[in-house]
Amino acid sequence: MRKYLGIAFLLMGIVAIQLVASLTDSVYYLTQLTMAGYYTMAVLGLALLMGYAGQISLGHAGFFAIGGYSSAVLTTYNLLPYRDGLFYRLLEALQLLQKREDLYGDTIVNLHPVVAMVVALLLSALIAYVIGIPVLKLKGHYLAMATLGFGIIVYRVVLGTALFGEADGISDVPPFRFYGDLGISGDMDLRVENYYIAWISVLLIMVLFINLLDSRVGRALRAIHGAEDASRAVGIDTGDYKLKTFVLSAVVAALAGVGLTHFNGGIGPSEASVMKSVRYVAIVAAGGMASLWGTMVMSTFLNFMSLRGYFGSYDDALFGGILILIMLFAPEGILSISFRRAWKRLILRTERVRDGDTEGR
Amino acid sequence: MGVELFLQYIAAGVTYGIIYAIVAIGFNIIYNTTGIINFAQGEFVMLGSMIAISLHGVMPLLPSIVLASVVTMFIGALIEVLFIRWLKSPTVLRMIIITIGLSILIRELALSIWGEGVRALPYFTGNEVSSVEIGMIRISPQVLWVVGICLFMVAVLQGFFHFTLLGRKMRACAANPVAARLCGINTKNMVTLSFMLSALIGAVAGCVVSPITYSQYNMGTGLAIKGFTVAILGGLGNSLAALGGGIVLGILESFSVWFMPSAYKDAISIAILLVILFVRPSGLFGSKERMALKEF
Repeated sequence: MRKYLGIAFLLMGIVAIQLVASLTDSVYYLTQLTMAGYYTMAVLGLALLMGYAGQISLGHAGFFAIGGYSSAVLTTYNLLPYRDGLFYRLLEALQLLQKREDLYGDTIVNLHPVVAMVVALLLSALIAYVIGIPVLKLKGHYLAMATLGFGIIVYRVVLGTALFGEADGISDVPPFRFYGDLGISGDMDLRVENYYIAWISVLLIMVLFINLLDSRVGRALRAIHGAEDASRAVGIDTGDYKLKTFVLSAVVAALAGVGLTHFNGGIGPSEASVMKSVRYVAIVAAGGMASLWGTMVMSTFLNFMSLRGYFGSYDDALFGGILILIMLFAPEGILSISFRRAWKRLILRTERVRDGDTEGR
Repeated sequence: MGVELFLQYIAAGVTYGIIYAIVAIGFNIIYNTTGIINFAQGEFVMLGSMIAISLHGVMPLLPSIVLASVVTMFIGALIEVLFIRWLKSPTVLRMIIITIGLSILIRELALSIWGEGVRALPYFTGNEVSSVEIGMIRISPQVLWVVGICLFMVAVLQGFFHFTLLGRKMRACAANPVAARLCGINTKNMVTLSFMLSALIGAVAGCVVSPITYSQYNMGTGLAIKGFTVAILGGLGNSLAALGGGIVLGILESFSVWFMPSAYKDAISIAILLVILFVRPSGLFGSKERMALKEF
């Protein structure tokens, strides 16, 4: 049960922040916190890959964008011209279409966001699987450059293709409604609800990851990170574990992309840029590589500050600076510097006291 | 496609390819002495050309290029001393992240100094419209400057590495750092020197190519990716092969606009990079055994 203690604290924190924001009449902070929540999801996926499977990915914004863009294209592409086709009627019969009016009052028919999301997740899983097979065989610089290359290809394709809106991106993405009006949307009145949708998703992903790491899979991943050759020698299929983790983290990033796209009502090419990928890596590094909680705290803090615009035009420079400083002085993450050591010392001491061992300080 | 057009494409490809090769050689010099891929390599090219453009406002062309290259060289040394030198056996992941962070910082610094504007040095001889006729093709005289100066640099580097004591010391460090240290070579200084050298050649390349490609604060990333592609193409660490690899990539790129939208031009070289990484990570000309024996 101890592993759920953190989850309980997280839940309390989520509720506490909402209550404070609502009571102090500053609900507008929740908008950035919601967005930070979606970015945190993507970052957590990367933390699983980098911190536990030990594989760097400099192309994770690519997966975020694949999720966001697939969802955006499928929910804004007007299917009305195809209404006589068999496929359209099939979708209609299954109630997988939704009608709405565009800005000019014309009726347009789109795929339902649920279908779009499923397609987006499957697509990102497929792409991650296909490129993961060769990419994950690489190590060190080669792996970094290959994933960076993948990220740039996604960026270039998004920027150069009319279907993806080129430099303008895709706007006017409909809300993702679950029940009645409730759902992921940028609606001012649903700010609190959206905050909870985003953060409960983060919480669920935390639960999933914590359980995953506490299982046979997690132990195998840690073994791979520690010593890949040794873990292969004891019979762990290292390639298979790395690939599965890569696919999982890609799908989580894509899910985050889907969520943020519906929340913002659009997506632009900057979501696919190399700088975004570097940012995710910076946050994972700042959080301490192999620490989901550290990563979550850093991600929430840094993304929130950045989205509120506190860093001004030094936004990118700041993330670059964070990367350098942490890697120079605290490669285990800033939370590790003295905090963790102090914490450990504290725990050790109390345990010793409890065990009646008061001598060996 | 006529023969003239074909040759014209080749000429354009060679021009760009040689610049990629210079960036790749910069990668190689640092990789050979340290085992680090310096992700900020493209930033040296940007810094060299931007500083030269600023200096050209107050002094003639030649001194501004020389001064800019020297300044960039010392920036390279400064980076090594501040961020690399004192780390004790850093992991590859750590070095990747540090150099990426550096490239972002340099780029943001350049943005705040020079702004987003596109700048260029003037043509060394003639102007935008002047051209030289060689056989069936007409090329800008600047292309000859680019090819000439870059080939000259490669030749000088080869001479430096093979015929001077300092160059031989660097080669010794690349082949076996421990043995080199036992022979009394200060390997740390050789690493600083390798950063200075690769910053210097990057800066010179940035200056000569600036009239053709223009310079902007964010030109480094693309060059770094392509330079790395070329370095891999030739086999990491092998400079002469990088020259061949650069020309191959430049020509492929210039022909790619012929059959696909130019918006995807960058994607081509990256796709080539990925394919090579997957199929032949030791490079087109390299072999596994050669990879183990680093040579400039």
